[in-house]
Amino acid sequence: MQDALGGVQTVLVLGGGSDLGLATARRFVDDRATTVILAGRDPGAMAEGADSLRRAGARRVEVEAFDALERGSHAAFVERCWAEYGDIDLVLVAFGVLGDQDVAEHDADAALAIIDANFTGAVSVLIPLIDRMRSQGHGTVVVLSSVAGERARRSNFVYGSSKAGLDAFCQGMGDALVGTGVRMMIVRPGFVHSKMTEGLDPAPLATTPEAVADAIVEGLAKGREIVWVPAALRGVMSGLRHVPRPVFRRLPV
Amino acid sequence: MLLSGWGGTSPSRAEVRHPFDDADVVAAVRERPSRGVVARGLGRAYGDAAQNSGGLVLDATAMRGVRHLDADRGRATVAAGTSLDDLMRWLLPAGFFLVTPGTRSVTVGGAIASDIHGKGHHADGTFGSNVRALTLVDGTGTERRLTPEDTPEEFWATTGGMGLTGVITEAEIDLIPVETSVIRADTERASDLDDLMARMDARDDEYRYSVAWIDCLATGRSTGRGILDRGDHARLEDLKPARRTNPRAFDPHAVISAPPIFPSGLVNRWTVRAFNELWFRKSPKRSEGHLVDIGWFFHPLDLITGWNRLYGPRGFVQYQFVVPFGQERAVQTAVERLSLAGAPSLLAVLKRFGPANPAPLSFPQPGWTLALDIPVGDPTLPNLLDGLDDLVLDAGGRVYLAKDARVRPEHLAAMYPRLDEWREVRHRLDPDGVLRSDLARRLGL
Repeated sequence: MQDALGGVQTVLVLGGGSDLGLATARRFVDDRATTVILAGRDPGAMAEGADSLRRAGARRVEVEAFDALERGSHAAFVERCWAEYGDIDLVLVAFGVLGDQDVAEHDADAALAIIDANFTGAVSVLIPLIDRMRSQGHGTVVVLSSVAGERARRSNFVYGSSKAGLDAFCQGMGDALVGTGVRMMIVRPGFVHSKMTEGLDPAPLATTPEAVADAIVEGLAKGREIVWVPAALRGVMSGLRHVPRPVFRRLPV
Repeated sequence: MLLSGWGGTSPSRAEVRHPFDDADVVAAVRERPSRGVVARGLGRAYGDAAQNSGGLVLDATAMRGVRHLDADRGRATVAAGTSLDDLMRWLLPAGFFLVTPGTRSVTVGGAIASDIHGKGHHADGTFGSNVRALTLVDGTGTERRLTPEDTPEEFWATTGGMGLTGVITEAEIDLIPVETSVIRADTERASDLDDLMARMDARDDEYRYSVAWIDCLATGRSTGRGILDRGDHARLEDLKPARRTNPRAFDPHAVISAPPIFPSGLVNRWTVRAFNELWFRKSPKRSEGHLVDIGWFFHPLDLITGWNRLYGPRGFVQYQFVVPFGQERAVQTAVERLSLAGAPSLLAVLKRFGPANPAPLSFPQPGWTLALDIPVGDPTLPNLLDGLDDLVLDAGGRVYLAKDARVRPEHLAAMYPRLDEWREVRHRLDPDGVLRSDLARRLGL
């Protein structure tokens, strides 16, 4: 069960191999989570992360295979998780790919691969998962969106459009969940130093997985629906939204 | 329906039904809903005790009324969904009062399941200590009559059992005979916590009712300053002649209702500091023998309907602990930490408990209890309260389950050393685990 101060006991991380997913799981374990399920494409790659959570004090850490692109498997995956672990208090949707914008712009398959991983795949697993949470009568879904979805940018609009779709879907779903005991929280980080962004030039207001994790925990305690990381991005993006396009596309962001 | 406790935190959805009589309760329990069933009264437990996410919640408030009053013995048989407000309105004019917490908005069933206490604990014990018999629909859907003499294990496991042994449908309770509906009260101000506790130690036993309010934001030499309110039921001859014609009149009204418009964050360290300063100064340094109505003395917060809304949509937690006598240092440390942290507690209440009763999960034990309301939202709050848990545990104390919404489950067995004994009896009463609540899930009860 989730407690009054946002503490959770059982956490499922989709994208359990990601730096963000692991850092956030770590914060929950440092608080009072006892059971963590790391789910991702490559269970072998998550073993080390699972060990670090055990060392941090989690009583039970399990690794499950989950592939966002294997949509046919999602409903069964959700059923298996609930059958195996009982009530799940919080699901963190942290999977996603950045892709290669230059390739995706010209190669439909490459573009669709990004969209399938970040948007269609997420929708496909979110629907059975949220249904399961509704019948459980409580729970929280935290979805990692991105500032890239807030306004399309020349430099990464394929990724951005996939996050824009996900973000819009989750906003609507969050409204649909009012009164069900299930909460949806959308997290919009800026540039995060992580495996996903290795080798890229950091954007202004770049942040770290740990800072995102802290912001998630604080957002949960405060009952937020949308969390920007860092918080200053909320103001920056609400300004940038209104910048005329001829100007915006020349901005170094 | 979305249900939450009085603190408004961690709401969950459940199917809510209103049983009208015992047969309805039996039928509901025998359905064995897949996520279980639990009874709910007026929703005054602060945390998640009367929630059952995804399951069935039986709102008992339609089972209401006094079924029998034995005026000679001062004993009433009442339906479990009856509120203490109703009982007082009905019974006070007849010359009877009962053990009451700080609000009349609790049901008899809830009062037993949480084994509630009030300002009179050192004299009268808990609500459950004054129950002579109760009817329970257990987890198999069987109706049982439980008494402390014939079925002590089941009776005391149900008293303070947080509704997890079954659904209480009726109770026989001992009443307190009174001549008036007025309290003869003494009020005094104490300049710091030592002074306050010394005053309570010295003369609490001379009063039937005693409680102190503490200013948890006062710092330095004034840390823990407070106001001590003590009193007894006024005798007929204490009243002014005009009042003697109708000495047990009791018809309190809420003065105002808090609308659901307050933002979270309104109750903060600045507003609370200002309130506390005013509250401390408005109280007389010393006043003896003033007459106050029962409603004003015991239930001042009932004057503001929905006062919990002042905390805004994020809600608040109430932290209440008890530590044994001899562990005054732990109370001191707790108040100092709260004062240092600037945790804005509007209503911090200190009381000396009397003897415990035989219920394994009953909260009160001989010692000091401190209760605080703290708004949710400050990111340092979880650590502050976890630290207080450790302090309380080290002092051999415990937190109150009816108020709890966040204690770590691993602390439970140390706080309630008779937990396993309770579990055994609970297992007899509910072998298939039909009775479930969010509190039980969270704490692994």
